[in-house]
Amino acid sequence: MPSSPSDPLVNFKDGIRDGIPIALGYLAVSFAFGIQAASSGLSVFQATLISLTNVTSAGQFAGISVIAAAGSYLEMAGVQMVINLRYMLMSAALSQKVAPDLPTYKRLGIAFGVTDEIFGVSIVRPGILSPAFSAGAILIAVAGWVLGTFLGAFSGEILSAALISALGVALYGMFIAIVVPPARNDRNIAAAALMAVLMSALFTYAPVVKDISSGTRIIIITVVVSVFAALLFPVKGEEAENGE
Amino acid sequence: MGNNVYIYILIMALVTFLIRALPLTLIRKEIKSPFVRSFLYYVPYVTLSAMTVPAIFYATRSIYSAAAGFIVALILAFMRRGLLTVAAGACIAVFIAESFLV
Repeated sequence: MPSSPSDPLVNFKDGIRDGIPIALGYLAVSFAFGIQAASSGLSVFQATLISLTNVTSAGQFAGISVIAAAGSYLEMAGVQMVINLRYMLMSAALSQKVAPDLPTYKRLGIAFGVTDEIFGVSIVRPGILSPAFSAGAILIAVAGWVLGTFLGAFSGEILSAALISALGVALYGMFIAIVVPPARNDRNIAAAALMAVLMSALFTYAPVVKDISSGTRIIIITVVVSVFAALLFPVKGEEAENGE
Repeated sequence: MGNNVYIYILIMALVTFLIRALPLTLIRKEIKSPFVRSFLYYVPYVTLSAMTVPAIFYATRSIYSAAAGFIVALILAFMRRGLLTVAAGACIAVFIAESFLV
C-alpha cells in the first residue's frame, strides 16, 4: 500500500506542485469573474475581497448577481448554501482522509480550501492527507484565484478573446485528469462516472429538470449516483483509500 | 444597490465557510459503515464527472473547439499524464481548433 511522504516540507512542495495547474486554471476563471464583478458595479477591492474570502466559482458568480439585483441578505445566504452544498460532501469525504487526531485549527485550514479542484488533488493522495499538502495547494491556488480577480476587475481585457476561450477548458481538463486514471484501474469508478455524465446531460437538456440550478443539479446527481454505486458496488476495506 | 456590499460579502464568506468546515471538524472518527464509506469513495468521481459533461462543451467560443479540447484531455488522461499536462493539452487543442474555426 503506497503512502504519502511523512515529511511536512515534502508534502508542502507536493501541494505547491499540484496547486500550480489549479492556479493557472483559476487565473482564467477568476479573470472572467473580476470583469463581471466590475461591470456589476463592485470596486476592484470588493471583487478581490470576495475571491479571497469565498474561493468558489459558481457561488461567487451567483453572489454578484444577488448583489447587482439588490436581493435580500436571506436570499444571499440561501443561494450560497444551495450552490455550495456539494462542499459539504467533499468535506465529509476529507474527514475520512485526515489523521483522526488532527487538531481543529488545521481542520479549519483544510476546510477553507475545499474547492472542486483542491479537493480533487487532495483525495487522490495515497494514504493519509497531510495538512502541509493542503497548505501548499491552497496557498498557490488561492493566490491564482485572487490575482486573476484583481487583474480582471482592474484591467478588463489584457488577454485576447482567443486566449480566454482556450483557458476556459483548463479546469475541465484537470477534472478529466483526476477521474480517468482511477477509472482505468477500477471499473466501478468508470461506471459511476458514466452514470454521472449521463444524468448530468439529462438534467441539462430534458424538460422540467433543466430548470434546476446547476448547484442543485450537482448535489442531486452526486447523492443519487453515489448511493446507487455504493449499493451496487460496495467498496471493501482498504480499497476505499483511493491509492493508486 | 440598496444594501451594504460588505454585509453581502460577509454572508457569502460565512455561509460558504460553515458548509466546508462543519463535516471536517465534527466527523472525527473513522466511519465504519461500509455503505457510507462506499458512498464517500464515489463522491469525488461522480461530482467531477457531472461538472465536466456537458459543461465543458460550452466553456469556449465554439462547441467544436471545446470538443477538441475534451478529446485531447481524455486521451492524455488515459495515458496517465499529470494534471498540468492534461489541462495545458486541452487548452492548446482549443486554441489550435479555433484558429481554423473562428
